[in-house]
Amino acid sequence: MEHTPPPFFKTGPSALTRLISFSLLSVVLLVSDAHYAYLETLRQVSNVLLSPLERLVHAPSVMWDAMSTWLTTVDSLRQSNAVLLQENRLSRAQNQKTMALELENRQLRSLLMLRQKVSQNLVTAEILYAMRDPFSRRVILDKGREQKMQAGAAVMDALGVVGQITRIYSDLSEVTLITDKGQLVPVLNARNGLRSIVAGTGVGNVLELQFVPLNADVQKGDALVTSGIDGIYPAGLPVAEVLAVLQNPAQLFMTVICRPLAGVDHYGQVYVVEPNPVPLPARPTEAKKPALSRAHNLPGKVR
Amino acid sequence: MINLYPGNAQEILRPAKPGFIVLSLGLALVINCLPWSGWALWLRPDFVALLLLFWCIHQPRKTGFTFAWCLGLMMDVSEGSLLGQHALAYTLITYFGIVLHRRVPQFSMASQMIHILPLLLFNDLMVLAIRMGSGSAFPGYGYFVGSLIATLLWPTVSYLLKLPQRPFIDPDQD
Repeated sequence: MEHTPPPFFKTGPSALTRLISFSLLSVVLLVSDAHYAYLETLRQVSNVLLSPLERLVHAPSVMWDAMSTWLTTVDSLRQSNAVLLQENRLSRAQNQKTMALELENRQLRSLLMLRQKVSQNLVTAEILYAMRDPFSRRVILDKGREQKMQAGAAVMDALGVVGQITRIYSDLSEVTLITDKGQLVPVLNARNGLRSIVAGTGVGNVLELQFVPLNADVQKGDALVTSGIDGIYPAGLPVAEVLAVLQNPAQLFMTVICRPLAGVDHYGQVYVVEPNPVPLPARPTEAKKPALSRAHNLPGKVR
Repeated sequence: MINLYPGNAQEILRPAKPGFIVLSLGLALVINCLPWSGWALWLRPDFVALLLLFWCIHQPRKTGFTFAWCLGLMMDVSEGSLLGQHALAYTLITYFGIVLHRRVPQFSMASQMIHILPLLLFNDLMVLAIRMGSGSAFPGYGYFVGSLIATLLWPTVSYLLKLPQRPFIDPDQD
């Protein structure tokens, strides 16, 4: 099998030496990637090198999609057109109502001398593909730094919050879905205004409310909307619905199982909510309460 | 059992061209980068690990740690996962491949597969350990199915990759 003469000289370091050195190098990479943000440039550069390959690999499915849209029948187009017209009429009517309400709200807020709510722009983007990492739930959008996307922006579909942009490439961005383990969204119970945090579990299409005291008023069927106190997610976006409330007196908190309202595991178009143009007022500095530091950097896990 | 070479465990082959090794591993990377999702992602064998093992066992002096490590890094970038997890796993299986390179080809195909399976499972286990150590959820035992499928592909892969090294026998000569 080997036709080179036996290498008596110049064999270089032994396999074990190489193993140890390359393993150490990998461990250094792992630790620095997990804990610090030094390697983003390396990732960006290798992503630029890999992106033609990714394009090539995805070309057949893109072509298939193009072919299948080309070959739709007139009948189905007519049907979908009728449905869309109907929906458009309905949402126009609703929109007028909303605009009137918004105006009224603004006037009332200025009467009461409350902070004005800022409206945030929506940018449409398309989900290109899901990441092939079986350990996490992330998707790739077709817009990136060139299209003024920002890390930390909330991503939603027509039904509710889908996730958050966690990494930006030149013309792609990576969205961590709310069902990813440890992805947090600050929410409000729409029924009674109870604030809480909803976290992804990484298992199935299931979310969980965190740190809910046993005596809190949470019921099956409650709607959870973003609270907006984080300054990242705009307030009032629907997030999830409570599926089950399990009270175990042996535990400190109740287990609240929720279901995301948005089609988190669906493909298609999503809206990226541009981050708040007017940032929240700075935090007061004198706060000397210990052990709350974790709660301060809550929204999401922007890397 | 599957035995593609009845009678003798080893045949005399020409040395593999370095270009062919690089090409095959590049192709494996492309296959790994295909848009696998859903259940297909669970069944997907890690072609890069499989081919890396093949070349480490059959051409240990032409497959280096540097190349394996770089392939691992590319896998990490394309998966968007932690940088270095596949790099570490591929470094380790390269080492085991090189350590076992005199032993494995002596066996029949079925026995070779028994050697390959633990190595591929070890590859998975390394990635799993790194990810669970960094706080990810356990993805379920289906995660290991890909390695079983990769092991079943071993006879096919070794047949195909040995084809270009077969000496050309002219039937008219003699």
